[in-house]
Amino acid sequence: MNPTEIMVSDADEKDVDTSRVAPIENPVLSMLRQDRLPHIWCPGCGIGTVVNCFSRALMSSGHDMNNVAVVSGIGCTGRVAGYMNLDSFHTTHGRSIPFATGLRLANPGLKVVVFSGDGDLFAIGGNHFLHAARRNLDMLIVCVNNFTYGMTGGQVAPTTPLKSTQSTMPFGNFEPPMNLPFVADAAGASYVARWTVFHIRQLVRAMKEGMEHKGFSFIEIMSPCPTLYLRRNKLGDGVDQVRYFKEHSVLKNGANTQDVAITATDPIVVGTFVERERPTWLDSRNAQLTATLGDRFVPYGGQNVQK
Amino acid sequence: MKASPEGVLTGVHFMDGDHAACEGAIAAGCRFVAGYPITPSTEVVERFSVRIPTVGGMFIQMEDEIASSIAIQGAAWGGAKVMTVTSGPGLSLMMEHIGLAVMAEVPCVIVDVQRGGPSTGLPTLPAQADMMQVKWGSHGDYQIIALSPNSPQECFDLMIRAFNLSETWRCPVFMMMDEVVGHMVERVEIPPADQIEIVPRRWTTKKPSEYRAFEPGPDMVPDMAKAGDGYKLHITGLTHDERGYPAMNVPAQNRLVRRLSDKILKNRDKIVDVREDGCEDADIIVVSYGITSRVAGAAVEMARGLGLKVGSARMVVCWPFPDVEIARLSRKAKAIVVPELNLGQMVGEVERAACGDARVYLVDHAGGSVHEPERILETILQAARDAGLGFKTEAERS
Repeated sequence: MNPTEIMVSDADEKDVDTSRVAPIENPVLSMLRQDRLPHIWCPGCGIGTVVNCFSRALMSSGHDMNNVAVVSGIGCTGRVAGYMNLDSFHTTHGRSIPFATGLRLANPGLKVVVFSGDGDLFAIGGNHFLHAARRNLDMLIVCVNNFTYGMTGGQVAPTTPLKSTQSTMPFGNFEPPMNLPFVADAAGASYVARWTVFHIRQLVRAMKEGMEHKGFSFIEIMSPCPTLYLRRNKLGDGVDQVRYFKEHSVLKNGANTQDVAITATDPIVVGTFVERERPTWLDSRNAQLTATLGDRFVPYGGQNVQK
Repeated sequence: MKASPEGVLTGVHFMDGDHAACEGAIAAGCRFVAGYPITPSTEVVERFSVRIPTVGGMFIQMEDEIASSIAIQGAAWGGAKVMTVTSGPGLSLMMEHIGLAVMAEVPCVIVDVQRGGPSTGLPTLPAQADMMQVKWGSHGDYQIIALSPNSPQECFDLMIRAFNLSETWRCPVFMMMDEVVGHMVERVEIPPADQIEIVPRRWTTKKPSEYRAFEPGPDMVPDMAKAGDGYKLHITGLTHDERGYPAMNVPAQNRLVRRLSDKILKNRDKIVDVREDGCEDADIIVVSYGITSRVAGAAVEMARGLGLKVGSARMVVCWPFPDVEIARLSRKAKAIVVPELNLGQMVGEVERAACGDARVYLVDHAGGSVHEPERILETILQAARDAGLGFKTEAERS
């Protein structure tokens, strides 16, 4: 289907003289696999907004799009890889980071961006996140946090707020949620930020910063899941949630990540919390092997890649 | 093409199977290994981590086997020839990613230095108890290739074949070693690089606009493109069409899953390797693989000494299972004896292929050591008695 048709079809044809409407083209269309549209995300879902921001960040980054790869795990956010017009890998549940590790180290010219959800990155994939941050692998991790497992129908996630109802916490969640920026910071991530899907300009800028930052960059993006989180907890629809994000967010760049946990009563702290210089895994490896092996050290050059 | 001389340790060495396997991988062009320590396989990655910095490759010790088994797949799409190394418990953790490598057709070699199980079992002692796990352990229908070396020399030689097979057929290829083959030290001869034939990656020659990532060639295998080369690959573990796009419907599933199996099964003649010795006029044939074939050789010699016509057939490739070859042998022989270091795994496949033409005897072993040749001999003699074959007793012979 031609995406232009999708957009026009929203209007009531009787009221619009289509001959006088200029063809509408989504400005980020070139970044998407148009032959895969329409996407699977629900109305009111925030993931599309995140993809839009990522597309804009890429378009204004000046990168050669042939050298940017997206790796996703499994879940609603895991489907991002399938829509980006880039080398894109939809891997297994929780394992996007180790896949990205191999891809990045075997092809050092690539910019690698991992796009996945809170359950994928912090429950099943939590250990990989810790070790990639510790190693300061040069990649950007974009985590869309919608507080639930959307793809499987709204089960409790490591980020689900206390007291919220989920299909596997039918009487209210009693597990404390994880403070993602604090975990990233403690594990050694060298760039850590949090925004919501309300903060689209800040998000575009943060994604560009995260891609340019040398080392392990982590951006948490709070995003509405109207179908399975908001509805079940009587929190309104996607727009209500974005309004909530707008009204309850407080900008605190450089905030101590211990203090940015998401609670029912405290404001949502957003901003860039961590920006530190630390050698990447690859730089550390090359420096150590040069120091110990001298001229005998041959940096990874993909000699076996016959092309 | 010939192997790159970079890193090929041409010469005669005295080394164990784990080290020889590592040298085979380097000679085959492997330049990326992700691994996690596990006895009795650790020496392979230890050696790789020492050797590869001067050869221009990459080693990373990952946080677990799950990570190792998918890091290598990322690296394969990044352009490298890749390997991971493990033993039974680690192999169990890798199962989901074996499925991914099958589904996304990722060339990779997985070394399994087998030890006694289940669970932690016998970390430092041998078994051949992962033969079925490696074939059936991941969910869904699939085919893989598994090789079974019986000496350090073969750990080197078959490692090169393992890489060549994985590049040719774009599937995970397993080196089914065991603790004894991994740790026994023998003469290993590494030839000059220009005598080592290696298969390069099947990179597409098509332009990005013409390329479809999963469009099979005449051999049912698609050509590959590398991330970063402008092909805008989309790779997924979901059932996909020839573009690589998810296509979750019955016809797409039928087409893809059948092709993934058929590319191995219909090309099995180019893959299977059964080494026969004295099978032409044999009444009894001992079918074995890996380290057990060394012990079986002694038992076969002993039985021949008693006047029995005993042949030996060694499965160097265990998967795809050499069913045509076993069926042919079973039509000629009266009995087939299968010793293996487990309580009966490949013997079931032998029985299936023999189809009742020859009676099949298992010589099992719960693991922890190799068989005593006498135990295999006993079963050969029992098979001879059951078949009414005459032979001298040990006393008559002496």
